[in-house]
Amino acid sequence: MGDTRLNGAEALVEIMIEEGVEYVFGLPGGSAIPIYDALVGRNVKLVLTRHEQGAVHMADGYARATGRVGVALVTSGPGATNTVTGLFTALMDSVPLVVVCGQMPSWTLGLDAFQEADVSGITYPCVKHSYLVKDVEDIPRVMREAFYLARSGRPGPVLIDMPKDISGARLSDMGKVDFHLPGYSVPLEGDSSSIAEAARLIKAARRPVLLVGHGAAIAGASIEVRELVERMRMPAVSTLLGKGLLPESHELSLGMLGMHGTAYANKAMVACDLVMSVGSRWDDRIVGSYSDFCKGAVKIHIDIDPAEIDKVVKVDVGIVGDAKAVLAQLLPLLEPGDTEDWVKQVARWRRDYPLSYRKEGKVRAQHVIEELRALAGGEAVFTTDVGQHQMWAAQFVGSEESRNWISSGGAGTMGFGLPAAIGAQLGRPGARVVAIVGDGGFQMTLSELATMRNLKLPVKIVVINNHYLGMVRQWQSMFYDERYSGVDLEGNPDFARLAEAYGVKGYRITRPADVRRVLKAALEHDGPVLVDAEVEKHDNVFPMIPAGASLKDMLLEPPKRKLEKPTGGT
Amino acid sequence: MERYVLSALVQNHAGVLSRVSGLFSRRGYNIDSLTVGETQEPGVSRMTIVVRGDESTIEQIQKQLEKLVEVASVRLLDSGKAVYRELALIKVAASHGGRPDIVQIASIFRARIVDVSSDTLTIEVTGDQEKVDGLIELLAPYGIRELARTGIAALERGSSLLSLI
Repeated sequence: MGDTRLNGAEALVEIMIEEGVEYVFGLPGGSAIPIYDALVGRNVKLVLTRHEQGAVHMADGYARATGRVGVALVTSGPGATNTVTGLFTALMDSVPLVVVCGQMPSWTLGLDAFQEADVSGITYPCVKHSYLVKDVEDIPRVMREAFYLARSGRPGPVLIDMPKDISGARLSDMGKVDFHLPGYSVPLEGDSSSIAEAARLIKAARRPVLLVGHGAAIAGASIEVRELVERMRMPAVSTLLGKGLLPESHELSLGMLGMHGTAYANKAMVACDLVMSVGSRWDDRIVGSYSDFCKGAVKIHIDIDPAEIDKVVKVDVGIVGDAKAVLAQLLPLLEPGDTEDWVKQVARWRRDYPLSYRKEGKVRAQHVIEELRALAGGEAVFTTDVGQHQMWAAQFVGSEESRNWISSGGAGTMGFGLPAAIGAQLGRPGARVVAIVGDGGFQMTLSELATMRNLKLPVKIVVINNHYLGMVRQWQSMFYDERYSGVDLEGNPDFARLAEAYGVKGYRITRPADVRRVLKAALEHDGPVLVDAEVEKHDNVFPMIPAGASLKDMLLEPPKRKLEKPTGGT
Repeated sequence: MERYVLSALVQNHAGVLSRVSGLFSRRGYNIDSLTVGETQEPGVSRMTIVVRGDESTIEQIQKQLEKLVEVASVRLLDSGKAVYRELALIKVAASHGGRPDIVQIASIFRARIVDVSSDTLTIEVTGDQEKVDGLIELLAPYGIRELARTGIAALERGSSLLSLI
């Protein structure tokens, strides 16, 4: 009789099943063969991607759309190094992932063997935590810890480097192993005296603003946020990733703030006398100038990560805890203040400074996106890439639910949109999933069209095609005397025909009159679809706050005079 | 910039030193010295880190260190309530004329001569950083040929303990 004990790879798959993993995204290689072998016939579906970056973004899109842990499985060396962008993307946006990398046998580590890389060393700054497994008996504990670490507290990617001799070795015991994480604790409720102080400050405020970030969405604090906003008559702005936690159709939602946020959101930030952030990290995209940000306003910060308190913006009250739990503690202490003048003022700004765009001439990106949102409906899940189309989508895709808005925020990863949409569609099979991508970013991961086609996923891809790396062109046009350098995407293929070559139905939009008709047909098609929307090449995104500038220096339209180069980052 | 001493208990795993040192380089923190050694607890090491920065930077460093899963606890030590010790080996040029002076300086510092050659003396000194700095300063005019410092080991005074959790 053969040895009936599980090997390391089988144990690993066993725990994936225990953890409720539905999909594993990845691409095999020599060092990962034992793990791929262990997946055969098991109740975990393997999604074979065309590139490891795509695999990690798919796991990421799946995680964001469902709230569950996304899983990727790749091989050693280049397979593992190709995951770095995906890990970084997930870390910056606090997305729970477990990424397993096959590794060369442990006795070859450090000897420059074929496809052997110091994966731990390469990925330390891109993960919440990582493991290099050196003993097969550690696999059950490591796997359980990895899933727990990925999803608990401030979520993030956890990497497991699994040498081939370890995944192939026999395991004596699968029994329950206790976690050993003495350095890890998960804050839940906040400090009650700080919460009482916050309640006092909120009551005293006449012009309060609630800043909703991704942390509030991760905590699932939508009911608490809504109650807070309505009871206190406190207008809310959101970060890019906080979109939809308070439905953007809500009368007190001012939409996204920051560099390309709405004018009324930014005006509210400049004029407010109190700002309370729930789960945002005061990113430079929303703050502009750190020294000028909400000058004179009382600042309250709720975050599950203590390191975010006072990291970039000094606050009057910092509360460490889970957003939902802290808001539940805060709500009973709140008594409505007097904010009616403020609410009226904000409503006037909203009326006087609406988002707008020029409609004449060629097809406008904003027109396509606005129409797409109207036709796809409030229940649709939108993913984006990064750049101009992303900011236009943030402006014109009003979101009613945070899990329906999936975008790479902190990392700003081009190529994210398509694979994220594939992951989201697998996680939410009943949902309508739309990927709004740019012609630049799309070409970074378009090989995943094959993955999408093979799975017969009805994802609708809309390429906002301006034949430019448009956001960089915008900067060069505004701040660099129109000295265009490296932004012209001459040689773009015909994306509709390219899609057809992959077996994906292709459409084109070339005239404004096409927009509604083509989008409608594309959305009604029951399979995978790509729409190539040829848009005006020279449109820029407004409003815009130049990087590092104060929110009050917001530009609502193209400036008449030449601007100084921004002092902030990109 | 002020100098601060952080004491951290860490799980003695491969890679923990990389994670800690990577954190310092990634976030641009200035590190003066870092000492690692085993503790009475199997599998647990103590890191003593001397850093420079303003108060808010030190607070950030402490929080970022605490975020590392393998870092069990971190404490910012108060110099008045902690014992700091560093060991240094100083190889100083010692000609016939200078030799008695060097020996005398060493003895004032309760330092020991641990090696003698025809033209050098090697001195071992233990103390807080100020003491070690002071001895080095006094020996400098004779010509320091080589210097090895351990970085500091530190413990809080009294019965206070840095706990594992």
